[in-house]
Amino acid sequence: MAASTIRTAPPDPAWRGRVTASVLTLVVLWPMLVWSEFKPWVLLDAQSLAATGRFLADFFPPAHSAEFLRLAAEATWQTVAMATAGMTLALLGAVPMTIIATERLSISRIGTGRIRILGRAVRLFVRWLLVGLRSVPELVWALLLVRIVGLGPTAGVLAIALTYCGMLGKVYAEILESADPHASDALLRNGASRLAALCYGTLPESASELVSYTIYRWECAIRGSVVMGFVGAGGLGQRMDESMKMLAGGEVATMLIIFVLLVACADSISKMLRRRLA
Amino acid sequence: MSFVLDGVTVRHHAPLAQRPLALTEVSLNAAAGEQIALIGPSGAGKTTLLHTLACAMRPQAGELRLFDTQAWNLPEAQRHALRKRLFLAPQTPPLPPRQRVVTAVLAGLLPQWGMRQALASLLKPADPQCAYDALARFSLQDKLYARVDRLSGGERQRCSMARLIVSQAELLLVDEPLSALDPTLAMHTLTVLQQEAAARRATLVCSLHQIELARAHFPRIVGLRDGCVMFDAPRHQVSDDMIAALYKHATTPASASTPQDQEPKQILPLIRCF
Repeated sequence: MAASTIRTAPPDPAWRGRVTASVLTLVVLWPMLVWSEFKPWVLLDAQSLAATGRFLADFFPPAHSAEFLRLAAEATWQTVAMATAGMTLALLGAVPMTIIATERLSISRIGTGRIRILGRAVRLFVRWLLVGLRSVPELVWALLLVRIVGLGPTAGVLAIALTYCGMLGKVYAEILESADPHASDALLRNGASRLAALCYGTLPESASELVSYTIYRWECAIRGSVVMGFVGAGGLGQRMDESMKMLAGGEVATMLIIFVLLVACADSISKMLRRRLA
Repeated sequence: MSFVLDGVTVRHHAPLAQRPLALTEVSLNAAAGEQIALIGPSGAGKTTLLHTLACAMRPQAGELRLFDTQAWNLPEAQRHALRKRLFLAPQTPPLPPRQRVVTAVLAGLLPQWGMRQALASLLKPADPQCAYDALARFSLQDKLYARVDRLSGGERQRCSMARLIVSQAELLLVDEPLSALDPTLAMHTLTVLQQEAAARRATLVCSLHQIELARAHFPRIVGLRDGCVMFDAPRHQVSDDMIAALYKHATTPASASTPQDQEPKQILPLIRCF
């Protein structure tokens, strides 16, 4: 009866809440923008536009003299080598720590659901170690290490190894723990060792995810090693720093193209491996 | 004695307030080489009982003696060594879909293998002949190098039984091995299981929903309901009335609405632990 007399739809009860939330967000965020001196219109003022235009005009054509290309290839090689060496060292640290930190592989958990104190303490320690390693950005590690081992790729390699060890260990452990536990649990319950349960129970399921994350991190390591080049760790970054300081837009453009190619290459490797493992 | 359960009470690992009783004061024992069928309505605690026997679930009260040792009084490492002597085959086959059948079957040998051999076998199967023979007993030998996700449900179930054949366990705890099989295959699979258990003098405890098969093939039958042993008798003493009583008003949620049924009503939906 009442329903038939009401012709118009009732007002949306969520509307007021949404408006309030939006206004509150703006009120909170606006002072932050002011404090952070966020002034995008500076980019559009005539003087900046002219400077940007000159710099960008230099980008074309990208530098392609044989000598520069040879230098760039050498720097690229150094960057890729730095990233790969850093990743390898990081893996050497991350894989054992992953195996220790993964709660899924606890044997004392079977039957009681609780991990014994020692196991928990060791896992906590490893987790904190991983947190410590990755909470210092690789650039900061590089700046510290440049003081110790001097200018050059060694600092970059070690910096990548330290930070990425922390990241890989954490994410690997989480990937393994989010996989279906049924297969590894069955193996553990039948008396298999932790490592055997990992290799025969969990890895087949998580392999493609682990590989894709590893390749993605390798890609990040390439970018990271470029950034570290700016603080003197060699490779493409150092070349780019020099070119920027000399305002050689063409050279910068060539190196940007190389970055894009490197990332695209990492992406296609990841895609190929994932298809093989799927 | 292969195992002795003495007044065992088991609760599930749930938040304290809602922990249901899964097994209440269960006493059961088996001599080496005995073959026991475990029957009872869904949610009666069959899986929990098998898990308890496999040291995969710690009893809150009572004691479990496995191979004449008190399993839960042992240090961690020794208890895990004890697990090598038993094989628990869960209801859903625990085979990773992306693994090859040969690897999945040979995983039954992992407790016997050292780390080096286990890793090497991932590259090149250590004993393909052994896996082939085990699969052949379930007429799955042509699936040796197939991937597990190419198998049907019934094939996976038999593949997991092949892993049991490969293992060298002396206590075989099998949870509904026939649930995905047609009557002919079910019959065949059960025969293979029983022959294998007899050949290696292993104790076999098998939970089943096929009451006819249980009564026809197992010398001893244990009926479980609401976490209690209702009967434990040689098969010729198990009457139709006992079976009917075991499954009477079996666990439809509607039947558990009277106040005195409150406890089982809480247990039933939670009791299954896959």
